[in-house]
Amino acid sequence: MGIWSSPRRLASAVETTQPIPLPSQARVVICGGGIVGTSVAYHLAKLGWTEIVLLEQGRLGAGTTRLCAGIVSVAKPISIECKMADYSNSLYEHLEEETGVKTGYVKTGSLCLAQNQDRFLSLKRLASRLNVMGIPCNVIKPKEVSKLHPLVNIHDLVGALHLPGDAVVSPPDVNHALATAAAGHGVQIHERTTVNHVMMEKGHVTAVETDRGAIECEYFVNCAGQWAYELGQASETKVSVPLHGCEHFYLLSKPLPEPLQPSTPVVMDMDGRIYVRAWQGGVLSGGFEKNPKPIFTEGRNQLEIQTMQEDWDHFEPMLSALLRRMPELEVCEIQQLVNCPESFTPDMRCLMGETPGVHGYFVLAGMNASGLAFAGGAGKYLAEWMTYGYPTANVWPLDIKRFGNLQSSRTFLRHRVMEVMPLLYNLKVPRWDFQTGRQLRTSPLYDRLDTQGARWMEKHGFERAKYFIPAGKDLLSLDASKTFYKPDWFDIVGAEVKCCKEAVCVIDMSSFTKFELTSTDDQALALLQHLCANDLDVPVGHIVHTGMLNERGGYENDCSVVRVKKNSFFIISPTDQQVHCWSWLKKHMPDDPQLHLEDVSWKYTALNLIGPRAMDVLGELSYVSMTPEHFPSLFCKEMSVGYANGIRVMSMTHTGEPGFMLYIPIEYALHVYNEVMSVGQKYGIRNAGYYALRSLRIEKFFAFWGQDLDPFTTPLECGREFRVKFDTDIDFLGRASLLHQRQEGVSRRFIMLVLEDHDTELDLWPWWGEPIYRNGELCGTTTSSAYSYTLERHVCLGFVSPPSLDGSPAAVTPDFINRGDYEVDIAGQRYPAKAKLYPFSSLFAQQRRRKDEMELSNFQGK
Amino acid sequence: MPVTSQLFRGFPLAKLWGSSLFPCQRQLPCCPTSHRPTSSQPHPIWPTAMPVRGYRRSPDLHSYNLTPPQVNSILKANEYSFKVPEFDGKNVSSVMGFDSNQLPANAPIEDRRSAATCLQTRGMLLGVFDGHAGCACAQALSERLFYYVAMSLMPHETLCELEAAVEAGRPLSPILQWHKHPNDYFTREAQTMYFNSLRTYWQELIDLSSPGESLGPREALLSAFKRLDSDLSLEAQVGDANSFLHYWVLRVAFSGATACVAHIDGSDLYVANTGDGRAVLGVQEEDGSFSAHTLSNDHNAQNENEVARIQGEHPPSEKKTVVRQDRLLGLLMPFRAFGDVKFKWSIDLQRGVLESGPDQLHDNEHTKFIPPNYHTPPYLTAEPEITHHRLRPQDRFLVLGTDGLWETLHRQEVVRIVGEYLTGVHQRQPLTVGGYHVTLGQMQGLLAERKARASLAFQDQNAATHLIRHAVGNNEFGAVDHETLSKMLSLPEELARMYRDDITIIITQFNPHVVGHQGTWT
Repeated sequence: MGIWSSPRRLASAVETTQPIPLPSQARVVICGGGIVGTSVAYHLAKLGWTEIVLLEQGRLGAGTTRLCAGIVSVAKPISIECKMADYSNSLYEHLEEETGVKTGYVKTGSLCLAQNQDRFLSLKRLASRLNVMGIPCNVIKPKEVSKLHPLVNIHDLVGALHLPGDAVVSPPDVNHALATAAAGHGVQIHERTTVNHVMMEKGHVTAVETDRGAIECEYFVNCAGQWAYELGQASETKVSVPLHGCEHFYLLSKPLPEPLQPSTPVVMDMDGRIYVRAWQGGVLSGGFEKNPKPIFTEGRNQLEIQTMQEDWDHFEPMLSALLRRMPELEVCEIQQLVNCPESFTPDMRCLMGETPGVHGYFVLAGMNASGLAFAGGAGKYLAEWMTYGYPTANVWPLDIKRFGNLQSSRTFLRHRVMEVMPLLYNLKVPRWDFQTGRQLRTSPLYDRLDTQGARWMEKHGFERAKYFIPAGKDLLSLDASKTFYKPDWFDIVGAEVKCCKEAVCVIDMSSFTKFELTSTDDQALALLQHLCANDLDVPVGHIVHTGMLNERGGYENDCSVVRVKKNSFFIISPTDQQVHCWSWLKKHMPDDPQLHLEDVSWKYTALNLIGPRAMDVLGELSYVSMTPEHFPSLFCKEMSVGYANGIRVMSMTHTGEPGFMLYIPIEYALHVYNEVMSVGQKYGIRNAGYYALRSLRIEKFFAFWGQDLDPFTTPLECGREFRVKFDTDIDFLGRASLLHQRQEGVSRRFIMLVLEDHDTELDLWPWWGEPIYRNGELCGTTTSSAYSYTLERHVCLGFVSPPSLDGSPAAVTPDFINRGDYEVDIAGQRYPAKAKLYPFSSLFAQQRRRKDEMELSNFQGK
Repeated sequence: MPVTSQLFRGFPLAKLWGSSLFPCQRQLPCCPTSHRPTSSQPHPIWPTAMPVRGYRRSPDLHSYNLTPPQVNSILKANEYSFKVPEFDGKNVSSVMGFDSNQLPANAPIEDRRSAATCLQTRGMLLGVFDGHAGCACAQALSERLFYYVAMSLMPHETLCELEAAVEAGRPLSPILQWHKHPNDYFTREAQTMYFNSLRTYWQELIDLSSPGESLGPREALLSAFKRLDSDLSLEAQVGDANSFLHYWVLRVAFSGATACVAHIDGSDLYVANTGDGRAVLGVQEEDGSFSAHTLSNDHNAQNENEVARIQGEHPPSEKKTVVRQDRLLGLLMPFRAFGDVKFKWSIDLQRGVLESGPDQLHDNEHTKFIPPNYHTPPYLTAEPEITHHRLRPQDRFLVLGTDGLWETLHRQEVVRIVGEYLTGVHQRQPLTVGGYHVTLGQMQGLLAERKARASLAFQDQNAATHLIRHAVGNNEFGAVDHETLSKMLSLPEELARMYRDDITIIITQFNPHVVGHQGTWT
């Protein structure tokens, strides 16, 4: 299948028929000579690494790379991906200059077409995001499309997005150029060398076993693409690389009667599920069909990839879409239908970073059919990660630690990727959920809640209720409604919020990650004092909200820690921290048998009783007064609830509302739930879901890790200085950076924006990632948003920074926040917003005497 | 129904000499006089000038456009399915069940089908019968042949019990459990006569066997076929006091029918074939594809052995006349058949029987017609050729069909269509462009057609219906095409026979869990 030039041998590495012997040791061994592996090698070499060995089981770029379509587009779903694609683009552009190897780079630009208004909106949203990054793009009319592309039928289009910077390349040539450049920097490349497995000792990579002998090494990078999963499973300590292959088809045509110019823009007709680029006077067109064909579920060897079958019947919908889009192609002759398997991940994002279990074992794979567009940027980030301990940008959405072993089931992956592949071109409206691979982890109350009308979303495999549909509502129409505007669940969530404010609601929050850290002496406290920004040397029974910061002072985790006993701590973290936080703690734990960390997430069912009457319900069930006088805020007690003893009751709700979290050993879950519901009846208790919780916490300016907080955000930037133990001498991780920042002033600030002049009924709703403008100038982006039923306004949370003065970042001043006209850009439309540094104190009226409030007044005074 | 039109209906491809001798209607005539004499018919046109086998394809004439539901209701009118009941959640039979269907071209249809489970012995009987010169003979076979087979299979003791029961006037335990479509009827008036003939046969079987003995399936089938044909012949010679019955037995004897019968007992499959019906086994290969394994030989001019057999049975002087234009004596397409006494009786016997027959016969000139070069009868036999096949796990199904099916679809195609239907997998030949010049537009058209074809599989609940849909509706690309189907099914009665023959199909599915695992105890 010589679609592209056949993979070339590297002159420097393997010219002779006799393969040169492998070195016995190296610093880093990279497995996989595709575009991803060579990019990692190239960037490591650029960052000054030596003793880099790149191993490829076949020929360089002979796998997916050789067959991929060669489109480098920045039209990607999330911003970090856009950034990676943008970097890749400029890297490939200058590669020919740098290496002298022709790469086939042509800056063709691309056209994303919209056949309907919803698609057009999603393109406009993309355009807003690209604007923030400074990537040129234009929202254009159908007529302009036909000026840019001679073949496109524009009759059914409502608009398009033109990305003038997008390009096409010849992937094997880019691969070759990267390999040449890497080899020039001293990278040793060995083809026809298969990695059998990776050797480890005490959780560190020690060597790589190949079919041509072993190589001792400190670092191993798994860039094995389709085979990365199998390679992960083959090591001594199994490494979970959750990806799965699907067949992917594209068509090559013979030249058109009037050959298509190489500079013709790439067309992405996502509604038609196809992409088209010019190719040797004809076209290359593929797509992401609704019914993908998963492949290699049982695992295969590489020979199979060479003999993939064409399947015209399968390609029929895409061919029809192509001819509908470009009717003139009907007379064009077929050259070939190419079957090129691509690997996909459970959430459509690539897998990057150090694996949780093994130090020195890095992964970069699962490119979801965008390998070429991501390879440059992803390779750079991974090289930075290996060099500096973390990349220069927040790559949490791509971090392999967002997954654990639970996503490693072959059946799960097979089912999920069948959903993921069509999703690449599906219209994605706010708050869509995956439909496959569900009901994996559930609370013991799942069935009870489900019969009461719960609608579910999934986080880290755990089912969580979004909201509860009252009896009598039309369920089907609710599930089907997907919109960028006001959603159908608006009133349902509104009622749940109202109940939280006025009576009491119960939310099952069992999905939270729960760890127990215990020690015989004060090792546990010492560790937490080192890792946490807040002071944990508090009396037993106290709850401390704290960040776990990195050296830069950025949040690695944001958690609540309960001092259960003198030397025993209960750590509650966000659901998707299960793997990341575990590995963060493990990484910093001294090798001390007296210090014990346990994941107890599965042992407890967590019920959140929110609302002013929560204390009445619990009081009745426990015969203990639960009033703030007897049970102050941020306090934890083990007590009995109903017949069940040993329930950990905590006076916090993660929303700022009064109420309690109940951590219930799972066997008591149903009993406690039943008791709470029956006693609660007279207080008007009802179930509530995460959407209500979200509305409550956002209107009170509560930041959530993973959404608002990331490894590049410090407590000072989001007004959480009061949760940093500056007043002690304890040297915690990130202290130095924070002190420095406190002195210099923060250059970005987490603010709350209340939308004004925004019609909830008729205007587009904010989601996240919307640009924020101050006095007409771009100054930041939102990170989350929700409708506040109390304020009757949309509230967006986000970060803003003042324009830099002569290159160095400027510090945020109160005036910058308070004296500026702010606007939020939703799909190109700007809405005025009132910026606030602090939440509305009126929302906290009922808790005046609570500890929270004291802290609030404390920092409001600053 | 206008009887007059019936004579010419079959002529382009008539198996017989151009016309039906006796009209036959599906609804049993309560009054024989309702049959109009056929003497008013013009002289039959001989088939000599006609191509041997070949229909006009895609009728150009103006035809009604049928909607897909109309097409479906025509195709499904005669479909029948039987599933062998499960016992204790398991089907212990080697047969899972069968689908059958038939589509008329003649009006009324001259094909018949039968299916029954033997209750006194083990096994299941399935048969398709293709009548010619009327449907009477095929009708008689469909009612009677399986009883003859069941009797032949019975051990001496069971036959004795049966005889004793009849003797003592005790009710008989049933011999066959029929699996019948409502349109498959029995000739009620003839049942007593049929029973008497059958009783004579079992009495003879008792006399000829000794305790502990029974015929093997091969001998039983052979004996039953031959005996029934001789009974048909005898009944016609003897006649009956009842003039309707007398007329009926003559119609049976003077018309003819082929028979293709399968007897399945455990892993033993016997096929007895007389004529040009065919039994084809669907074998699933290791790669999942299906191949055809034919279990019968066609008895017609295309079979050299048959031609040699017939030529060998008659003096060398007749060598050129006995098979002419690929037909027996230039007239009959199948070389073996039931009935058809015109090819079996001496000239004297034929004349004698006709002269003493009911008046209706005299009006028909053709009854008096003697085939040309008729020197050394009999020229025709009902003796079946019998094939035994031991079922293997890869043997998935058996297709019994009348020649109406095999003329339109190659057996390999038949097996592929049924196999893909039953397994739900479309082993369609994957398309490859290869070195050909194919435009995107052409490819799109081709794919759309293949898609339509695949979706058809889901319209049918019955494999036989699905096969008929292909047999009738395939266009030149081998894809079922609604337009073709609609045209073929909306042909006027008098034209239908020019484009196709009656089609009757029984598709039996084997139980892979039983087949091939019985070796130890059978």
